Amino acid sequence: MTLSLTETFVQLLYLGASILFVLGLKDLGDAQTARRGVLLAEIGMVAAVAGTLLYGVGVTQVIVRWEWIVVALLIGSAVGTGMGLWIPMTKMPERIALSHAFGGLAVGLVGVVEYLQHGGPNMSTLQITATGLEVALGALTFTGSIMAFGKLQGFITGRPVTYPGQNISNMLMIVGTLGLIGLLVYSPDASWAFYSVATLGVLLGVLLVLPIGGADMPVVICLLNSYAGLAAAATGFALGNNVLIICGALDGFSGFLLGMMMSKAMNRSFANVLFGAFGAAPEAKAVTEGAAPSGPAPNVGSVEEAAEVLRAARSVIVVPGYGMAVSQAQHAVRDLANILQANGCDVRYAIHPVAGRMPGHMNVLLAEANVPYDHLYDLDVINDDFTATDVALVVGANDVVNPAARSNQSSPIYGMPILSADMAKTCVVLKRSLNPGFAGIENELFVRSNTMMVLGDAKKTLMQFTAALKE
Amino acid sequence: MSLTLIFGLYVFFLAAFTGYQVISKVPHLLHTPLMAFTNAISGISLVGSLLAAGGHYGTVSTMLGAVAVLAATINVVGGFLITDRMLRMFKKKGGAR
Repeated sequence: MTLSLTETFVQLLYLGASILFVLGLKDLGDAQTARRGVLLAEIGMVAAVAGTLLYGVGVTQVIVRWEWIVVALLIGSAVGTGMGLWIPMTKMPERIALSHAFGGLAVGLVGVVEYLQHGGPNMSTLQITATGLEVALGALTFTGSIMAFGKLQGFITGRPVTYPGQNISNMLMIVGTLGLIGLLVYSPDASWAFYSVATLGVLLGVLLVLPIGGADMPVVICLLNSYAGLAAAATGFALGNNVLIICGALDGFSGFLLGMMMSKAMNRSFANVLFGAFGAAPEAKAVTEGAAPSGPAPNVGSVEEAAEVLRAARSVIVVPGYGMAVSQAQHAVRDLANILQANGCDVRYAIHPVAGRMPGHMNVLLAEANVPYDHLYDLDVINDDFTATDVALVVGANDVVNPAARSNQSSPIYGMPILSADMAKTCVVLKRSLNPGFAGIENELFVRSNTMMVLGDAKKTLMQFTAALKE
Repeated sequence: MSLTLIFGLYVFFLAAFTGYQVISKVPHLLHTPLMAFTNAISGISLVGSLLAAGGHYGTVSTMLGAVAVLAATINVVGGFLITDRMLRMFKKKGGAR
């Protein structure tokens, strides 16, 4: 089969776009070249869109009206620009969740249109299967991401919601969805089955994210990223378009890989995160009663006492957590670090892979506050240095510094690699109150003799430290 | 099985392996920009939605297609902008503040 000149050109544009996307991803492997990677991918995207328009007009004559394309492109660009420029860095997990929702929606709708226009019976086995998967995954990603967004924003409870038979009913729905797609292969004109697939996808998105707790959001966000990609790849199969398949595969595997890394950093399996309903009330209570005897009281220090400890310190490791994002304390952290460094103190940052609500969350916040990235250290690099450190300053982190993960076999987080903040000579913990954290697990670090708790808003406390050290 | 499917699967798995190799080299430091980036390129579903929005398959199809174009465009434009905005912030010690 020889292609016409125009179609050859279109296919070459798609090929170029695919190459540029891979090269862009490669450049993203190093902070020095990452921005060039973005530029390459942008050029690739322009090429792919130009190719599609050329294809729709010059090859198949499918595109016959422009008004809606232009309107949607203009509004989309305006909204995208607004979101791109003005969303604060602390809201990055929410924005990522929302964009997965948009991605899922777009793919799901394209699937519905394909079914409408080809009218079922005219679709090949491949097309109908791919379209079914595309719509199911797209719908699931859409509602699942809205749920994740709601949990992050706090208008849906961040605690896991569980009910009897939850996993079994979800499993049945997944099997049912696949069964209906199978049915469509044999009777493609059964439109009720097609729309049931879409509806089941919508329901599954809600039900699958419902039992997952706030602290597990990094894994969920990665998985939704993966689903959005796989849905796009399914679209590629349905349309016979390679650039869609390639992008979908890249996106799908990126999300999957990140999710695996996050799960590993919590010493849990994917299945456990998805179906384990971490921190579910009955289980966690039983465990914590054994884990934390109500004996020793936490050693609560004043701002002045903690500031004295910091003044005397020659080395400090800052351990940021989700609390730093909540109180937007990254700039206050940086100001304190500046003062400490001016006093001749060595300041470094220890970043746990699951600190925050998405992969790399803490790195972005600290970068925003102008902390040079070569001061940020991964867990495996810095963990042995805590023993020789004067002060570990824990800013709104909880589970990632809980020594129970090392020692207490009955703890739900047992086995999770943690930052050894408790090994520092003094561990100063900034925390809003003495209530247990999100996951409802007691933290024995708080009652250790070398720990000093400073209660209150992290940002305010840090600013008071800075003021005290300036005197 | 059709030949188209076989070709498609080749492309899918080779892209997946390439992605695995490339993405596993991205440091923890850049994982948030990575997610924003893959999000932007997944807006490639524009390829499908443009054809749907410009087609002549009736009002419903056109409207659904237009919403799809809108959603995908938000991801592409917003995703690239936000990735670049984040990457601009990452500085090494001694770099210009």
